[in-house]
Amino acid sequence: MASKQPENSLLGPEADSQRTLYPYVTGTSVVALKYKDGILMAADMGGSYGSTLRYKSVERMKPIGKHSLLGASGEISDFQEILHYLDELILYDNMWDDGNSLGPKEVHNYLTRVMYNRRNKFNPLWNSLVLGGVKNGQKYLGTVSMIGVNFEDNHVATGFGNHLARPILRQEWHENLSFEDGVRLLEKCMRVLLYRDRSAINKLQIAKITEEGMTISQPYSLKTYWEFSAFANPAQGAVGSW
Amino acid sequence: MSSIGTGYDLSVTTFSPDGRVFQIEYAAKAVDNSGTVIGIKCKDGIVMGVEKLIASKMMLPGSNRRIHSVHRHSGMAVAGLAADGRQIVARAKSEATNYQSVYGEPIPVKELAERVASYVHLCTLYWWLRPFGCGIILGGYDRDGPQLYMVEPSGISYRYFGAAIGKGKQAAKTEIEKLNLSEMTCREGVIEVAKIIYKIHDEAKDKAFELEMSWACDESKQQHQKVPDDLLEEAKAAARTALEEMDAD
Repeated sequence: MASKQPENSLLGPEADSQRTLYPYVTGTSVVALKYKDGILMAADMGGSYGSTLRYKSVERMKPIGKHSLLGASGEISDFQEILHYLDELILYDNMWDDGNSLGPKEVHNYLTRVMYNRRNKFNPLWNSLVLGGVKNGQKYLGTVSMIGVNFEDNHVATGFGNHLARPILRQEWHENLSFEDGVRLLEKCMRVLLYRDRSAINKLQIAKITEEGMTISQPYSLKTYWEFSAFANPAQGAVGSW
Repeated sequence: MSSIGTGYDLSVTTFSPDGRVFQIEYAAKAVDNSGTVIGIKCKDGIVMGVEKLIASKMMLPGSNRRIHSVHRHSGMAVAGLAADGRQIVARAKSEATNYQSVYGEPIPVKELAERVASYVHLCTLYWWLRPFGCGIILGGYDRDGPQLYMVEPSGISYRYFGAAIGKGKQAAKTEIEKLNLSEMTCREGVIEVAKIIYKIHDEAKDKAFELEMSWACDESKQQHQKVPDDLLEEAKAAARTALEEMDAD
C-alpha cells in the first residue's frame, strides 16, 4: 500500500533518515554578558559523543562579519552548517561595498527566522545560539533556541548555563562592568558549570567583542578545588546497603 | 562604415556567406557606444576604472555602480547595456558562491572568467535569446597572483596585462601601452588609470562624467573593493593637473 505522503514530505518512516531526530556530537553551555565596552562570551571546548567527552578542541564561538560573535551549544555539525549560511550572508553583504554592514541585531533576526522555519518543517538545527555584538556604540546580546524561541537580555546562557549560571548573573551583574570584573563573573559561572555539568571540560575560551573588533582568548583552564570535606567521603551517612 | 547584413543579420543563429555572425557584431557596437572601461594588472594587484557618463545632473553621485564585487577577491567592471551587465554579474556571483560551497576555496579567477565567458557565449547559440550587449573586464587576486580577463559579447575571453573597452578604447589602449606595468604598484596604477580616463574623455561629445575605480591588491589584503576615498581624490587631482599641463602646451 503506497504511502499517502507527497514525495518531499518530512513525515513518515522513509523520511526519518532525511531529518534531524537526535543530536550526535554536542557542545554544552555558552554563557555571555554585556559589559562596559561590549560583550563577553565564554564556552568550553568540549564536543561530547553521548556520554563520552570525545573532542576536546572544538571552537564553539566564531566571529560573524565585523560586528557580531556567535556561540553555540548542541549539535556541532548543525553549528557548522549555520556558519556556512552566515558566511554566504556576510559575503553578499560585503559585496555591496557601500560602507554599511550587517549588525548583531540583523544577524540575530536572520538566525531566528532560520531556526524557526526549520523547526516548522520538523527538521530542526539542533542548537541553542548566543549572538552578541556592538555596532555604532550599541551593544546587543540575544539568544535563539532550536525551536525558534528568541529574546535579548543583558546576560544569556544556553543549556545548563540557564540553571546554574543565570542565577549568579542575576545577583551579580550590573551595568558597566569593567573587563576584569566581567571576566571574573564569567569564570565564576564557568567554574560552577565545570563542577556540576558532566559534559563540561576544563578547557575554555573567553571571547570579547567591542566596537574595535573581536578577540578570542587562547584556551585555558580554571583552578578547581576538590578538597572540600563534603567531597571527601560523599557516601558517608548515606542510607542503603551499597 | 560597416557592411550591411542584408538578411544575414536577422538572427544570431545565422552565418553570413563570409562567415560572420552579424548579431554578435552588433552587440559589440552596443559596447563601443558606452563609456570607457579600463583595467590594468600591476606588480601587486589589479586596478579597474570606469568613465561613467552622467546622463542627467539630477543623478546622485556614487549611484549606478558600474564595478561590482563578484566574491571577496574579484570584481567586474561592465561596459555596454547596464541591465544586461547586472544579469551577468548576478550569474558570476552565483558561480563564485557555488564553487566556494563545493570546493571550499574562493573560485580561481581563471575558472570564473571561463564560466562567465561560457554564459555569455550561451546566449549566442539560440534564436530565442539575444546576445548580451556588454563587455566585461574581470579582475581578481587568487593564489596565482593578480589576474585580469576581458570577456566580449561573443563569449571570447582572454587574459590581459591591460585592457580597455567602450568609446575611448583605442586611445586608452595606446596610453596603457606606454605604461611600465610590471614595475608599477597599484597605488601608482590608480593615479595612472585616472589620468588616462580624464585624458581620453571627449569634452565635446559627452559633457559630464564620474570616475569610478576599484582595486584588488596587497594593500587591500587581496580583497576587491572601491579605491579608498582619499586615494581616489588624489588620483582625480593628479589627473586634472596633468590635463591642464597638456592644455597649457
